Parts: sequence; C-alpha cells; structure tokens
Amino acid sequence: MELKPVIGLEIHCQLLTRTKLFCSCPTDYVGREPNTIVCPVCLGLPGSLPVLNKEALKLALRAAIALNCNILRKTRFHRKNYFYPDLPKAYQISQYDIPLGVHGYLEVNGKKVRIRRIHMEEDAGKLVHPTKTGRLEGAQYSLVDFNRCGVPLIEIVTEPDISSPEEAKAFVMELRSLVQHIGVSDGNMEEGSLRCDANISISVDGKWGTKTEIKNMNSFKAIERALAYEIRRQIDTILSGGEVVQETRHWDDSRGITTSLRGKEEAHDYRYFPEPDLLPLTITDELISEIRATMPELPKARRERWKRDYGLGDYEVSVLSSSKPLGDLFDTCVREIGRPKEVSNWLQVEFLRIVDELNLRIEESVFVVPYLKEILELLDNGVINAQIAKSVFEEAVRLRRFPHEIVKSKGLEQVSDESAIREAVKSVLAENQDAVHSYLSGKDKAFNFLLGQVMRVTKGKANPAVVRKVLEEELKALS
Amino acid sequence: MIDKKEIIPEDILDSIFRRIDEVERDLHSYITILKEEAYDQAKIIRGRLEKGEDLPLGGIPIAIKDIICTKGVETTCASKILKGFYPPYDATVVNRVKKAGAIIIGKTNLDEFAMGSSTENSAFGPTRNPWCLERVPGGSSGGSAAAVAAGETILSLGSDTGGSVRQPASFCGIVGLKPTYGLVSRYGLIAYASSLDQIGPMTKDVKDCALLLQVIAGKDDMDSTSLNVSLPNYLDACEAGDLRGIKLGIPKEYISEALDPSVAKVVEEAKRAFERLGAKICEISLPHTEYALPTYYIIAPAEASSNLARYDGVQYGLRIKGESLREMYLETRTNGFGDEVKRRIMIGTYVLSAGYYDAFYLKALKVRRLVKMDFDEAFKVVDYILTPTSPTPAFRIGEKVEDPLLMYLSDIFTVPVNLAGIPAISINGGFSQEGLPIGIQIMGRALDEFGLLKVASAFERETELHAYRPYGR
Repeated sequence: MELKPVIGLEIHCQLLTRTKLFCSCPTDYVGREPNTIVCPVCLGLPGSLPVLNKEALKLALRAAIALNCNILRKTRFHRKNYFYPDLPKAYQISQYDIPLGVHGYLEVNGKKVRIRRIHMEEDAGKLVHPTKTGRLEGAQYSLVDFNRCGVPLIEIVTEPDISSPEEAKAFVMELRSLVQHIGVSDGNMEEGSLRCDANISISVDGKWGTKTEIKNMNSFKAIERALAYEIRRQIDTILSGGEVVQETRHWDDSRGITTSLRGKEEAHDYRYFPEPDLLPLTITDELISEIRATMPELPKARRERWKRDYGLGDYEVSVLSSSKPLGDLFDTCVREIGRPKEVSNWLQVEFLRIVDELNLRIEESVFVVPYLKEILELLDNGVINAQIAKSVFEEAVRLRRFPHEIVKSKGLEQVSDESAIREAVKSVLAENQDAVHSYLSGKDKAFNFLLGQVMRVTKGKANPAVVRKVLEEELKALS
Repeated sequence: MIDKKEIIPEDILDSIFRRIDEVERDLHSYITILKEEAYDQAKIIRGRLEKGEDLPLGGIPIAIKDIICTKGVETTCASKILKGFYPPYDATVVNRVKKAGAIIIGKTNLDEFAMGSSTENSAFGPTRNPWCLERVPGGSSGGSAAAVAAGETILSLGSDTGGSVRQPASFCGIVGLKPTYGLVSRYGLIAYASSLDQIGPMTKDVKDCALLLQVIAGKDDMDSTSLNVSLPNYLDACEAGDLRGIKLGIPKEYISEALDPSVAKVVEEAKRAFERLGAKICEISLPHTEYALPTYYIIAPAEASSNLARYDGVQYGLRIKGESLREMYLETRTNGFGDEVKRRIMIGTYVLSAGYYDAFYLKALKVRRLVKMDFDEAFKVVDYILTPTSPTPAFRIGEKVEDPLLMYLSDIFTVPVNLAGIPAISINGGFSQEGLPIGIQIMGRALDEFGLLKVASAFERETELHAYRPYGR
C-alpha cells in the first residue's frame, strides 16, 4: 500500500492599504482600542453602502500578476451570506465565480505549485472571550471588536500540489517573501496579516482520500507541525482500518494536536449572489501594464541573476534574498563597488551580525554603501588588515563615521615595517620559550599560537603576512 | 412666496402643524413628528434667507419616509426590530434637502421595510387614505403620500422598489416619481432590494416634483451605483406649452378586460387629453410583461433576505436574550419582523440556496434582461409609454391583507419599470365614481426625467386635476 500526503493551501493576506476595502477607515488595527476605527460602512449599519478602494484592487492585481495568473478582465463581487456576530452585515463581500486571477503558479525549490485562484474579500471582525485563556469555553459572554471589519484581503488558493509539511512551509515562506517583495502585504503571521489554512488528504495507491481542513496555524513552525501531525493521524486512521472524516480541524499549538472543530453535517450554504451595491469591474489593459511597469524584479529572477552574473552559490543567494531590503542593499553595493563575492560576504557575515546587535532596519541602511566601499579600498591598499577592517566596519555602522576617519583617529594603520615587527617577534619568542620548544620539537600548532601573540602585542595592526615571514625566519634561526 | 418675503418659514410650519393636529389622528401618516426641531431649523433658515442666501427649498417643510436615515432621529423602517435605531449619519438625500434649506418635519409611515402595497404592514399601525379613511393610501410609501395629499407637508420623499412611490401617489392623487436607477443616491436608504430601490419625490404637483428632484439628483461618491451625469434644469420642463411631435405608446398588455372599469375610463380620458396636447398615441407591445411580477418576487426577496440578515440583535435595535447565540438570533428575528417581511426573507433564502439558484434566481435575472429589452424595443418606436399606475383605485383596509398574491398584483404595472431601471412618474389622471383618485403612469427612457416632467406638466395644466384635494384643500 502506497500512502502519499496531498496538501493544498488557502492563504489570506492583508493588503498594505492605508484604508479599508470599502470605506476610508484606517487598516492598522493592531494594538488599537476595540471599535475605534469603524464607520457606518464597515459596521454595515442600515443604509450604508460600500465603495471599492482602488488601491486595494491594484495591490491584489499586483499579487495576481506576480503569481503568474491569468487576469480575468471582467470581474465582480459577490455576497457570501452567513450569520456570525463578528460579521456585521451577515454577509461578507467577496469574489466568487469570477476571481481576479486564475491558473497561476509559484515556483518553490524548483517545483511549480499551481495557484488555482486569487481573489479579493473583506475581513470580518473578531470575538473577544473574557476568559483567562481567551478561548470560548467557560465564557459567560463575548465581546465583538469590529476594528478589523472591512480590512482588504486577498485569498490565494493552491491546487493540491504540495506533498509534505516541509514543502508547505517552504511554499508559505516563498509566498510571503514574494508579497513583501512586491509591496502587497507585510506578511506578518503573528499579527494576522498572513493566515494559512490547509486541506490535507492521504492518497492510497494513487486513489484520492477524504480531506480535512486545518485552521489556526499562525507560524511557519505551526504549519510544519500541524501538517505532520495531521498526516500521521490520517495515516494511522487508515492503517488501523478506520475512515478519515471530512471536517474542519483546529490546530492546538500548545498541545501539538489538531482537534475537530465542525463536521460536514454543518456544511454551509453561503447563498452567494452578485453584490448589487457594487458595479462589475472591468480590468483594463492600461491598468495591467501600469502595474507591470512598477513591478520590481521578483525574488526568483533576482536569485537567478545573482547566480548567473555574480557566480554566487545557493546558500549565499538564499540568505541575501531572505528579505527584499537586504537584496536591494546588496544590489546597490554591487552597483557602487563591484566585487559581488566580497560584498556578499561582508553583508551576510558582518553586516547581518551588526544589524542584529544594533537592531537596525535594513531598509534604512543605504548609508552603509560608502562605508563598505572605503573598507574594501583600505584593505586593497594595505592600510588596514582584515581583522582591523571588521572592527572598523562595525564602528563605522554604529557611529555613522567614515572608516578612514576611524582608522586615522585611532591609529589603526597596518604596520608592515619589518624591523618593528622583528622586534616584536623576538620579544614574543623570548617570553614564550615553551611554545618555541614544542614548535621546534615538531608541533606545528605552536606556530599559530606565536603568530597570535605577535598580533596581540602589535594590537592587531601588524601585517599578518610580514609577521608570518619574520616569525618563520626567526624560528629557523633558533633551530 | 418665501422668496418674495411674503411668508416666513415659521408661518408655513404653523399652518402645516395645524393641519397635522387636525388630521393626523385619523390618518397616521407619521411615525415621528419633529415639531421642535422643525421650528429650530426654521429660525436658522429664516436667518439664511434674510442674508440673501440662495436656498432652492428654503423654509419648505418636507417629510421623509422612515426608511431613509436621519442623523440622530429614530429611523425604524416601521419595524419593531429597528426600534431605537438612531443613525449616526444622514442619508445623502437628507443631506441635500437640508443643504437646500428644506425643513424636515417628520418621518412617515410605511409598510415594514417597504414590503407591501398598502401601508398596512407597519409595526406601528396602518396609515389611512385621506380621500376615504376606510381605504389604504397605497404602499409602501403610504405615509409620505397621505401626508402630501392631506396637506400635512408640502414635499415628501418615498422609496420605490416595485412601485412604492407611484402606487401610493396614485391612490392619494398626488405626483410620485421613480427616477432612473442611479440618478438619486441610495446612501442612507435602508436597503430592501438594492438593485431595484430608488428614492423618489412625492409632491402635490409636477413643479414641486421637478424642484425636489433637482435637489436630490446627481452623483454621490458614497454610492458606487450612482450615475455621473450632468443634470438639466428640471424646472424648465414645466414650462413646455404643448406636446406636438411626441409619440406616446400604450402597451396592449397593460389594458386588459380585467382592468377596473374606472381605471380604464381614466386612461381613456388621459389619452384624449394627450391628443388635445398634440401627442400622437399608438399601441405598442411589451411581450414579457406577464413575467415581470414573478421575476420581481424572486429578485426582490433574494436581495432582501441578504439585506435584512444584519438585523440580528448584535449591534443595534431589538435584542431578545437567549441561552445561546443561535437562540438569541432566532428570538430576536422571530419577534422583530412582521409576517410579510418573514415571508419574503424565506422566499429569498429559498431562491438563493444551493440547488435552487439556477432554477429561480439566475432565471429571474435572465427574464429581467428580457423585460428591459422590451422597453429598449418600445423606445425605438415611441418617446413615452402611458399606462395606468395601478389596476384599481385605493382598496379597503383589510381587503387584501389575507391574500398576499392579490396584494402583489397592485404593483403589476409599476414593477417592470424597476426591473428595467428606467424612470416613471405617476400623476392624477381622474377620479372613480366614488371620488377616489386614479393615477396614470408615464414611463420614459433612462435619464429622461426632463421629458417625463414635461409630459406630466403639460397634462397637469390641461386637466387641472392636481388642484383637487381631500377635505376641499
């Protein structure tokens, strides 16, 4: 019996607009007092009417284009009717029969995951349960926060092309990187601007199985764990002769399990019908070419260019493309300085460490470009050695000072003067007789220790190549 | 008169409120009367008029159907479920009439959520016809119609989803206009059936109708379906001398033997009046007329079932507590809605549900297109279409309450207009033997309100029928 997991994902992404999908209320609900960014329209008060936010449409189209979708030129909104306290109109305005885009794909680690559709919809509010755990159980009453109502979302639905939890995680990461890259969403999973549901089934000898839907996975790790758990659960059910039930399941991150949320018997009839308060939309060629014209190079193309033009390896490329600002900085540096290999090294090792320590925002770090340029020049000209260069770079970034000034004011110029170095070598040898003996008795490791000592007494400024040469000469003289 | 400073706004209010004191107990045109607020407004308006401000409706009292939102004033839709709903905003039309200097004197009675043809389906009790208190004023804008007819206001606003402005205008002997869909903003009009609803003026004569339309028409950024068109001066339409060169069609499908003889007689007389004015009358055909009513009773309830789903007791209006969320919803909606509203919600839910959508809703949309094409074809041949507004004069209170299908038939001549989105006006065409007014309806091409007003105004001058008022006013 051959058992294979079959996974499809549904991802909701909050669009990076200032205002909501159908009114002019702000969208930044995180951290706001409940019900403070609402108006008659997003509260669905009687008599209010929706007016489409054109910016949201542009961002959604941007995502559809970046995901290689066919853009449908005539599109429209539908009403999805259901009762829930956080849904003030008792219907959600969404796209149904004619989404914005269909038949796209996203390449993840060389595999094309097909996108079935991408459409726009408004977000609902949220219920707050006044219990210690924040969960519904045991709550005497519930409160509704409508701040999130009407926030613009896109929903991206994949075909069931994903075959492992790792692949699912990689897909969501790649998708997040893409939407961030093109400025469509901030993709923040913790704050809920990127939410992922998964449909999972196990195919037995190529025959499709019953699927379950998993909700509430709000981190990359949770996606991986939840899917792994659910796959195991379904396989165990099948192997023990049981049957997988079609249902919606909730991922409980603290317990590491999925639990049944609602069964099929409560399957909804959403009574979709065309939203009469909004006119059908015509997506013009002009709009599409306007969006294409402002589309940045997409992450995949960029990675390929780096490999092709700069000879960078897979690992380097993946680090540099982990965020758009870092990739942008890299491209700027290479444009200004050249030497992609070295620049890549400096950014990945030194720069990222400093960013981490100083809590810098990469997108505000273009000032680094001339510093790095100078550092490389100082190295080229032998003014400083590699060790000093690292500390000077760090200080330059920290204090926003030019490296040559730091070198000058601290007297960090490299010492290549042989007689001064020979003096230092001699005194080190005199003070470290044990090491000298073990070197002379054939233990090569002692050489590096002595070399380090010389660098120490010269405060790191000595030219390592000269030190090595003199040290070898002096030791030879002793043998 | 106000312009000539012969009368000040307070004097008009005095006479209107005196009239309300006399007749309102019998008629029940209003759900809310705003006497104090009106006098406060009048003072402000008088000041602005004295400063020479140009206010097209300066100081003129207006009554608003209680399905149109008024900021800070209870707006009930004549439903228990909205008791205590004070909208935090004005409908666009309310904004516009206020800006034009009109004084809102009250909110008028209606069939609950505008569902009905008699204003008997109001949670606050029926309105009576000022021409005969035993009879209905029509619906659903019966309160607005009765108030104008009885002199309880000068202007009023109604809403027309399937004839709710024109049919009560007909029953009460006044002028009622359903504008082209999209000409008047729906923002703040509490939705019954969004793709059919349109706010319309209800007035004692055509000139007032033109004046009020001028104020409320025009693009509104708050309503995506509102049309961006330049407006003619509608008042100029009322200056027309004759109707020479105009072709009026009478659809044969509207004039059957089933038509009430008094209505048939009025249409016949109207025809002759139009001929005297120089118009050419001819017979036309609107072959899909018989499907209009069933189509309407699929589309309107479908949209209503969705539009009315928001009344769930969570945010505003009535809430009846329950042990669970589901029970709270059930109790609130069971107690909050009247029978007719429940009936239409159930029909709408049914026709939209999976498995029935194609057979009912989708098919209805297709028929709707055919009805519209009928009009397109007709308007290639004629300029306007003349029909009765309603198959009968005002019927007796209680007469049709028990038979919804019979009640639905009173909108049979008005409904096709809403399905097609075109404009139509109802004006008084004459009287029955019992002295009840009988309206005639003139339909026009989309956005030809100017032409409708011109035709209606010429007829009015020719017949002087608009001068008849109940109670001799």
